[in-house]
Amino acid sequence: MKYVNEYRDGALAKEIADKIRQEVNPDREYNFMEFCGGHTHAIFRYGIPDLLPANVNMIHGPGCPVCVLPIPRLDAAIELAVTHKVILCSYGDMLRVPGSRKRSLLKAKAEGADVRMVYSCMDALRIAQENPDQEVVFFAIGFETTTPPTALVIEQALKLGLKNFTVYCNHVLTPAAISNILESPEVRELGVLPLDGFVGPAHVSTVIGSQPYYYFAEEYQKPVVIAGFEPLDVLQAILMLVRQINEGRAEVENEFARAVTYEGNPRAKQVVADTFELRRSFEWRGLGVVPYSALKIKQKYAQFDAEKRFTVDYRSTRENKSCECGAILRGVKSPRDCTLFGDPCTPENPLGSCMVSSEGACAAYYSYGRYQDRTFASDKSHPAA
Amino acid sequence: MSNNCNAGNKTYSQTLDLVKGKVEMVHGSGGKAMAQLIDELFLKAFSNKWLEQMNDQACFQLPAGNVVMATDSHVISPLFFPGGDIGCLSVHGTVNDVAMSGAVPKYLSAGFILEEGYPLADLQKIVTSMAQAAEDAGVHIVTGDTKVVERGKGDGCFISTTGIGVVPEGISMGAERVSVGDKIIVSGSLGDHGVAIMSLRENLTFETTIESDTQSLNDLVASMVDVVPDIHCLRDPTRGGLSATLNEIAQQSNVGMQIYETQLPIKPQVNAACEFLGLDPLFVANEGKLVAFCPPDKADQLLAAMRQHPKGKDAAIIGEVFEDDLNFVQMETAFGGNRMVDWINGEQLPRIC
Repeated sequence: MKYVNEYRDGALAKEIADKIRQEVNPDREYNFMEFCGGHTHAIFRYGIPDLLPANVNMIHGPGCPVCVLPIPRLDAAIELAVTHKVILCSYGDMLRVPGSRKRSLLKAKAEGADVRMVYSCMDALRIAQENPDQEVVFFAIGFETTTPPTALVIEQALKLGLKNFTVYCNHVLTPAAISNILESPEVRELGVLPLDGFVGPAHVSTVIGSQPYYYFAEEYQKPVVIAGFEPLDVLQAILMLVRQINEGRAEVENEFARAVTYEGNPRAKQVVADTFELRRSFEWRGLGVVPYSALKIKQKYAQFDAEKRFTVDYRSTRENKSCECGAILRGVKSPRDCTLFGDPCTPENPLGSCMVSSEGACAAYYSYGRYQDRTFASDKSHPAA
Repeated sequence: MSNNCNAGNKTYSQTLDLVKGKVEMVHGSGGKAMAQLIDELFLKAFSNKWLEQMNDQACFQLPAGNVVMATDSHVISPLFFPGGDIGCLSVHGTVNDVAMSGAVPKYLSAGFILEEGYPLADLQKIVTSMAQAAEDAGVHIVTGDTKVVERGKGDGCFISTTGIGVVPEGISMGAERVSVGDKIIVSGSLGDHGVAIMSLRENLTFETTIESDTQSLNDLVASMVDVVPDIHCLRDPTRGGLSATLNEIAQQSNVGMQIYETQLPIKPQVNAACEFLGLDPLFVANEGKLVAFCPPDKADQLLAAMRQHPKGKDAAIIGEVFEDDLNFVQMETAFGGNRMVDWINGEQLPRIC
């Protein structure tokens, strides 16, 4: 496999970092939000903050699929496994997220529920074929990247005539979340969240293209640079954002041109449009209820919709009052602002979703950036990254 | 072959069917069937004077020096994997645990938990592989035990081994001796074992040329202490990979560590497999590598000695120990930044050894 290390080249990184240092205006701050958890992970894993000048700040966005799933929908998935006794399949990180009363899918599994980790939704389909006498539910989460595979699996289930397979659909939409952040009082009125531009999604944009971001650049006058998940991509995108700000531009630029086009992937978009339709509203952890921000399975595939086959309650729950996941997902607070961070909330004992996934800001900060705690001990006001 | 088989002082009406035969409950019941399994399989393979005495224990003398003892249970799945099997792994694991004290491993015990229905042909392969591994490492399997559990209550074969060794005069190693300034040396490429096992796992199957690195390290250790008797600490980074080992020792000796990503020996295939599985090679298990902590003025000498040994030819100095009350392990990334190397979180891959 090629291209593992090519986009992680230290010498090139130094060149780009030098350019950023030369070009930033020392009299101002640059505040950029990386929307995706994949970027957050890369920033911490490769130590990108060490390469940035002190006045370039990265704000972590809500683009971590397991982080934004509201607790009631996770509780519902646990109920499917425990009460309805289905074989519940989902992606790895999802199994560890604590729901209400600290229950997780992994704990339900230890208590006897049949919960299985899959690498692909096709595995869930195979499990359904292998267990014709049992109901199999694929707990589908994620942004536009994981949506087309779910659509294909539903199509495939229809072709195979499977009667024991359904999807609990929780797919959400990136542009709706970006709008929500840009419309939030913290950004528009209060000035709590200074936001100068976005590092735009990588894999999501391979599907939806760069086209949806033009609205944000124009309407909100915020530059967007679409970037890949490799550290050189992120650094280059930051340089491009700095240049846009310095030149007073607010445009959509595509750093990830090797994978992202203006239109995106028409075949993927088509299969999604064929299978799913917009939900009128959907609750996001952190962002609250966001209109037209998620997808549900179309009526013609209703037989594969777990929400139609099973009665699953949607019970609102109170989150841990001290947990700052919500504010962290909106970019208003950094992980270090949370009083639970590190004690008692850790990746081994996560109290909030941001501490679970490696794409979550708290987990990335805890696992990779904690050595900076020495700095924090002496200067609590310093931003997290 | 005669129907009457005479092994030891017992006569059996039929030889053990090592082609089509299966493990049966009677093989663990203490009766003649068990005696025959021991005679025709274990005794034959492990053949040595202690075992042949057929006592419930082995009686031996040890040379002068501190005696060390280590134990390790093996539940790996699958039982056979590229580069090895549970048999040789169960010898290497314990031999290495003993050797990491600087000791010369001498004797092993072996406890088998077999599942009813397990093919005797496979068991023979495992036992033969154990015998070969023991011979290669210069140790003797001198006592053992066999139990059989009902079908469905085990997973073919579990093996528990315990080892005893003797530390030569003048050698004293342990995590408590790791000191500020020590250099950190690894003996070779990281993550091979974990990736080899993962390549075979259900729903992860991918093709790779990577083989497990399972091997005994006592000969490498002997050549290391020959040259630098004052090595402060040795440890084999098995489950949890290099990151777990470094974090353990950092806490035990109340120090911090700084390593350098560009210095880590990692094969491109291992990097590639980790990349698409979303794993960090620093968390992936090894079964034939060690990490050494050595006074800085002896590090180059030790490295040279390791590189002269076939099991240490890819050895590299990867970092150093510094003072840190928080016991953080940090890594300068190849990209030019810095980050923590934290403990592995959650279960990366169950039953890796």
